[in-house]
Amino acid sequence: MTEADARQVSIGDSVYLDGIVFGVRDGNLIRVFDKGVKPPVDWRGAALLHTAPNVKKTGPGKYEAICVGTTTSMRMDRFTEALLRDHGVRAILGKGGMSQRTAELMKQYGACYLSVTGGAAAMETLQIEEIEAVYWEDLMPECIWQFRVKDFGPWTVGIDAKGGNLQQDVQVDAQKKLATILQGMGIK
Amino acid sequence: MQVADTFYPLVENTCRDLYIQSLKLIPDDIVAAIRKAAARATKEVEKRILSHYIKSIELGQTQDMMVCQDTGIPIYWVEIGGDLRLDGKRLTDAIIRGTERATREHPLRSSIVSPITRENRQTSTGERIPIIHYDFVPGDKLEILFMPKGSGSENMSFMKMLVPADGVNGIKKFVLEQVVGAGAKPCPPTIVGIGIGGSSDLCMTLAKKATTRPLGSRNPDPQIAAIEEELFNAINQTGIGPQGLGGDTTALGVQIESAWTHITCNPVAVNMQCWRAERRRAKISADGKVELGF
Repeated sequence: MTEADARQVSIGDSVYLDGIVFGVRDGNLIRVFDKGVKPPVDWRGAALLHTAPNVKKTGPGKYEAICVGTTTSMRMDRFTEALLRDHGVRAILGKGGMSQRTAELMKQYGACYLSVTGGAAAMETLQIEEIEAVYWEDLMPECIWQFRVKDFGPWTVGIDAKGGNLQQDVQVDAQKKLATILQGMGIK
Repeated sequence: MQVADTFYPLVENTCRDLYIQSLKLIPDDIVAAIRKAAARATKEVEKRILSHYIKSIELGQTQDMMVCQDTGIPIYWVEIGGDLRLDGKRLTDAIIRGTERATREHPLRSSIVSPITRENRQTSTGERIPIIHYDFVPGDKLEILFMPKGSGSENMSFMKMLVPADGVNGIKKFVLEQVVGAGAKPCPPTIVGIGIGGSSDLCMTLAKKATTRPLGSRNPDPQIAAIEEELFNAINQTGIGPQGLGGDTTALGVQIESAWTHITCNPVAVNMQCWRAERRRAKISADGKVELGF
């Protein structure tokens, strides 16, 4: 993806992806950023998906997807800055939203967050054509996965490069409603 | 009634089947609730997300696919009929082996690691995992309720030792603040399980147990049932919606289990269950008959 691609979408849009998506999550990002191990792939212009799939091993380094779904993104929030600044990542795909800090960074560097439908992994799995490569198999299932996807979506733009953060907007609104609800229940 | 030696392999096979099937077959009450939420949704994004849920439920039913990738922490709630005579150690071993076999034979992702070294044995088992709760009930059957508890919702667990002066209002406020704060993370619409009373450990166990109850069931205590209803309505007014992207359905149910507590204590625990609320049940008779269901 180019910076222009990432900057053209807006929160609430529905988006499909074709091409390569890299699966990342806690274990492999901790290795990259906390243990200082250089990632085995070039993430410039990449889309990263927060995942650890169910797979069947079919040969050395070869895996068939059984179920590929999406995990909660907020756990990986603190890695956003380095991913965008140092590695040139243009899209992060995950579920559950990311922080306001991530939204600011996405605006600064030109990237977006796509909210994949959590728990609907069966649908997602059918859109994965192949697991092209797997890196760091010792972290199984928290390896770095290289998926080739086709018509991957429709996912909802959660954070755009204009400072928009849909899940955060919903949260702020819910907090306001909560104050009114508690008042209505006679609770201080 | 003394069980035969063949009873233990039967338990092992049943536990393997429960694990695999629970990841593919979403309970009927949950499917109905998701369909109902889809029928009343007005916002485009909510309709889109709920259509993804329904599509994945159907792929589980018709294509033998796992609905979600999270194989969870395997949890068994085992009720032993008082008339059964069996070897408890062999029963536990059979449950553990069934868990390991599901993982190897399907294969399933092993989601279980050491909390210190993060070692994964690739068996879905480890120290004190699977979690097995034993209880004793009248009758001559073994009943096993299995839940593969996903981490998105499990990470949204909250506990507070309130004091008596906080009262029931303190309990309600704590629950609502945690559910709103959890927002999109537990994969809403959720079942909000609430434990009230007991000690801290019992309180959280009750909250989890509450999530296993079928939707629409109410606590037999009318005062507690009224709190369930009140919190259910309140949570569904917050607008969080499916995946926290906004919408009318934030909770599928609010379910409370309680225990009496200490004079100085007023404990409350929240344990959330994601929209799939996977659970599967088996009843095994001493003579080897197995009934499977939700």
